[in-house]
Amino acid sequence: MFNYIIRRICYAIPILIGVNLITFVLFFMVNTPDDMARMNLGVKYVTDEAIEKWKQDRGYDKPLIYNQATEGFSKLTQTIFFEKSVAMFVFDFGQADDGRDIAHEIKSRMIPSLAIALPVFLLGIWAYITLPLIMVFFRMPYIDFWGVVLCVALMSISSLFYIISGQFLISKVWHLVPISGYSTGFDAGKFLLLPVVIGVISSIGANTRWYRTIFLEEMNKEYVRTARAKGLPESTVLFKHVLRNALIPILTGAVVTIPLLFLGSLITESFFGIPGLGSYTIEAINAQDFAIVRAMVFIGSFLYIIGLILTDISYTLVDPRIRLM
Amino acid sequence: MIRIGKISQLLCNSFTRNGNYQIPWILIVIIAGLLSACDRPIWNSPYSSEDASKNILYNAFAERPKHLDPVQSYSSNEILLTAQIYQPPLQYHYLKRPFTLIPQTTQEMPLIKYVDENGNELHAEGDVSSIAYSIYEISIKSGIRYQPHPAFAKTDQGDFRYHALTPIETGSIFKLGDFTALGSRELLAEDYAYQIKRLAHPKLHSPIFGLMSEYIVGLKDLAETLRNAASKLPKDAYLDLRNFPLEGVEIVDAFTYRIKIKGKYPQFIYWLAMPFFAPIPWEVERFYSQPGLTEKNITLDWYPVGTGAYMLVENDPNRIMVLERNPYFQDEYYPVDGMPEDVENGLLTDAGKPLPFIDKIIFSREKENIPRWNKFLQGYYDASGIGSDSFDQAVQLTSHGEATVTDEMQHQGIRLETAVAASTYYMGFNMLDPVVGGRTDQEKAAARKLRQAISIAVDYEEYVSIFANGRGIPAQGPIPPGIIGYRDGKQGVNSTVHQWIDGRIKRRSIEEAKKLLTEAGYPDGIDIKTGVPLVLYFDATSRSADDKSVLDWMRKQFKKINIQLVVRSTDYNRFQDKMRKGNAQIFEWGWNADYPDPENFLFLLYGPQSKAGNQSGNNAANYDNPEYNQLFERMEKMGNSPERQAIIDQMVEILRYDAPWLWGYHPKDYALYHEWYQNVKPNKMSYNNMKYLRINAELRERKQREWNQPVLWPIGAAVIILILSLLPGFIAYRRKERKTEIKQLGLKM
Repeated sequence: MFNYIIRRICYAIPILIGVNLITFVLFFMVNTPDDMARMNLGVKYVTDEAIEKWKQDRGYDKPLIYNQATEGFSKLTQTIFFEKSVAMFVFDFGQADDGRDIAHEIKSRMIPSLAIALPVFLLGIWAYITLPLIMVFFRMPYIDFWGVVLCVALMSISSLFYIISGQFLISKVWHLVPISGYSTGFDAGKFLLLPVVIGVISSIGANTRWYRTIFLEEMNKEYVRTARAKGLPESTVLFKHVLRNALIPILTGAVVTIPLLFLGSLITESFFGIPGLGSYTIEAINAQDFAIVRAMVFIGSFLYIIGLILTDISYTLVDPRIRLM
Repeated sequence: MIRIGKISQLLCNSFTRNGNYQIPWILIVIIAGLLSACDRPIWNSPYSSEDASKNILYNAFAERPKHLDPVQSYSSNEILLTAQIYQPPLQYHYLKRPFTLIPQTTQEMPLIKYVDENGNELHAEGDVSSIAYSIYEISIKSGIRYQPHPAFAKTDQGDFRYHALTPIETGSIFKLGDFTALGSRELLAEDYAYQIKRLAHPKLHSPIFGLMSEYIVGLKDLAETLRNAASKLPKDAYLDLRNFPLEGVEIVDAFTYRIKIKGKYPQFIYWLAMPFFAPIPWEVERFYSQPGLTEKNITLDWYPVGTGAYMLVENDPNRIMVLERNPYFQDEYYPVDGMPEDVENGLLTDAGKPLPFIDKIIFSREKENIPRWNKFLQGYYDASGIGSDSFDQAVQLTSHGEATVTDEMQHQGIRLETAVAASTYYMGFNMLDPVVGGRTDQEKAAARKLRQAISIAVDYEEYVSIFANGRGIPAQGPIPPGIIGYRDGKQGVNSTVHQWIDGRIKRRSIEEAKKLLTEAGYPDGIDIKTGVPLVLYFDATSRSADDKSVLDWMRKQFKKINIQLVVRSTDYNRFQDKMRKGNAQIFEWGWNADYPDPENFLFLLYGPQSKAGNQSGNNAANYDNPEYNQLFERMEKMGNSPERQAIIDQMVEILRYDAPWLWGYHPKDYALYHEWYQNVKPNKMSYNNMKYLRINAELRERKQREWNQPVLWPIGAAVIILILSLLPGFIAYRRKERKTEIKQLGLKM
């Protein structure tokens, strides 16, 4: 397994370089270093000298990808792409265009994002598994039918609707929790309750339907019939045998998202005033801050690769037939 | 995953024991407890209950500030903070209108001396061409002290405690509050001089360096000297600006300094009221330049240090910014005079009382309008702007056409304050364009008539009514109300576009516009030379779907005189590019005043300021009229006088006739305030106004409690619904389990 992990990590390097290159090309197709300078210096009274000075100070005065003015390997290294990319592979993200340290910013924003994403993930997994199991357990036409109808209805509604109506009812009309805000420590509970509940409910429809399909497929297999023939209670059949055998597709969807929980959610964090990472990238795109954009894309793709590796590892834990070679 | 299954199983079993159904007593106890609470706390308050009755002002902000270093900060969301912390030498009078400069840290207004090349003193109103330099002598008050800060902390031996931090020391520091020792010192003239030098600092990017280097003697050379000096030092090393003299700044004594500027630039005095000219003590820059602090965002750009009424004690721009009263702030008092209506409005009740009134100001970040608005209605924000989606809920028009709050707002004690912003939003014609600008004299005359016709056709009164909810004044020229030179009433009418009829301004008819169009060579919108319909191009920045209606409206306005308008939408970068290259035809833009002088608006149409081919030019229309340019050059050097007003009137009249802009409108800001929020007088020019505000925290707490009593029955109802919905399931579950048991028993028997 160790060899497998090392190999996967090695595969990740060209992927990360590719992602970085694509991000670079896309970003600079839309924004030139001059545009970035103007965005930072403002449109009033800005001079050519000021723009040049800004570019020099931030290292944007060099050619983008290929430097014809130099010799040998410097043609590639004396470029914005090389200089801005190399440090990232040792997780040195440098400073944003406004002078703030990006690593510090990411660290401080990660915790609020996790404060929402982790409970949503854990409660969600619990709910998404329990509800389909109940539907499968009863297999009564009316429970199943109305369950599916409810799921379709829930998944048809935009998450924004859940947020706005949740804030309206629970915070504005019933005055039970604050509409938005964030705090640290024990006080954070009152701010997190509503976004967590809404986070779980807003995706319950789609996930319940999906998991129900997985469980139903398992229910028709022979080992289930054997278990029942042995006279095992239905709950034991479901919770012990069916659930365990249905874990592979569940893990495929769930484990890969675990590392991405750090990145937060744009809409939820914006509406609930959570100072997380959800809006960091979009704010950087609007501010034409390439330093942040490349750092966040890099982290996103890195975490995604980690998630895929973790998924593979998790298969070996739930299915003894799988070996990572 | 297995555990999740077990938890579910346990939950199922908890409701049944020995085959009998058990009542979930614990839930009932919780619900009963919740419902029986009589003196309930406010559950939905986003603030700590300990702060409920404290003298704190609660505000919201949407966009995080990027720079809090006064040399770099220029955005209004940044200046809202920096203006409370930093004290430039001058400030605007809080109550007087038009805006009036008064001393802030100075003993009196600066003494201005004009000299020729040989240093001989000249008369202020003498021949401007002979004035080589203007010298501003500024004497600051003694006894003003900086906020407590670790940069000033000293050891018992008198050395600076934190000016030589070791890596071990910086390793244990994560925020400014981790420095335990604090110090302060008196404000000195050298601190102002130091900040002026910072405008030329090679590592800082001051947006006004380009402008100021044209005026402050030696600033450009200093920038070059500093760049050379910095290149010889390690990256991020401290550059002690005290070692680099600046010819244009002279320290006379501990409390007096002089600024020498080239020629006569009367508007310079307004810059002295901006944070760019606030004092920065060298100790602070020395402190922040130490290695290891930048990585933790402990920088001057993040943690400002000033002498103002407030100091920034918490800076988490993603969540909260907290200002607290500067314990060393003293000797500033609420104004004792103002405008006649200020007495009636209770704005002079606190006259002569020491400032500030509020102990703490909390800015919470709210990116979305809906939560911000609802929290204001719940009493958790003391003031609010009005979004277009909540406008009808908040504002209604009286029978006289005046805006007032709705009954619902009035019932909550909310009041409305309006103020016309010192801004203008306009639609401009590119005068370099052959169709709307013209090349030959004949073409130019025709293009003028075309622009005049369009100016009549595009009904900005309608625009303001539809798209700005009436929050704006259709402009009659470039100068907005509140700025010297603005004319109101009949005198202020743009006769090219409007008429003064029965005491009211009335837009000229479409027939007049069509007549002008015919005279321009486009009868009924057809080019008389080519016989093809006239098509004009509107260069706009990328529009969202929401703005489609605005663009449709714009097309409709042009269609009134049979001109086809094609919208060329692009992103802001490309739009700016077009403007710099002079490729746009018709565009829209805006301008917010830097200071309340007409020069700050009239220079937007001054020929040498043309934007095409000139990076720093602000004349986006590339309008270049020699007569106007000449008048501008006279007017900008003059002090305010009837003669200056006459020149301004003449200039505005030229502009109205030439119509290089559709004058657009001056936006009107509407803001709502709760009844506990006092001493509010909207001031769109100065930002250091928080020291004048007052809060009745007791009333606020009472109202918050009254408006936010928790409604608990939904919790009970939810629990009951949950139990009821689970019950049939459990009954079915038990039946199923019994069946399995019976089967097993049957098999055994």
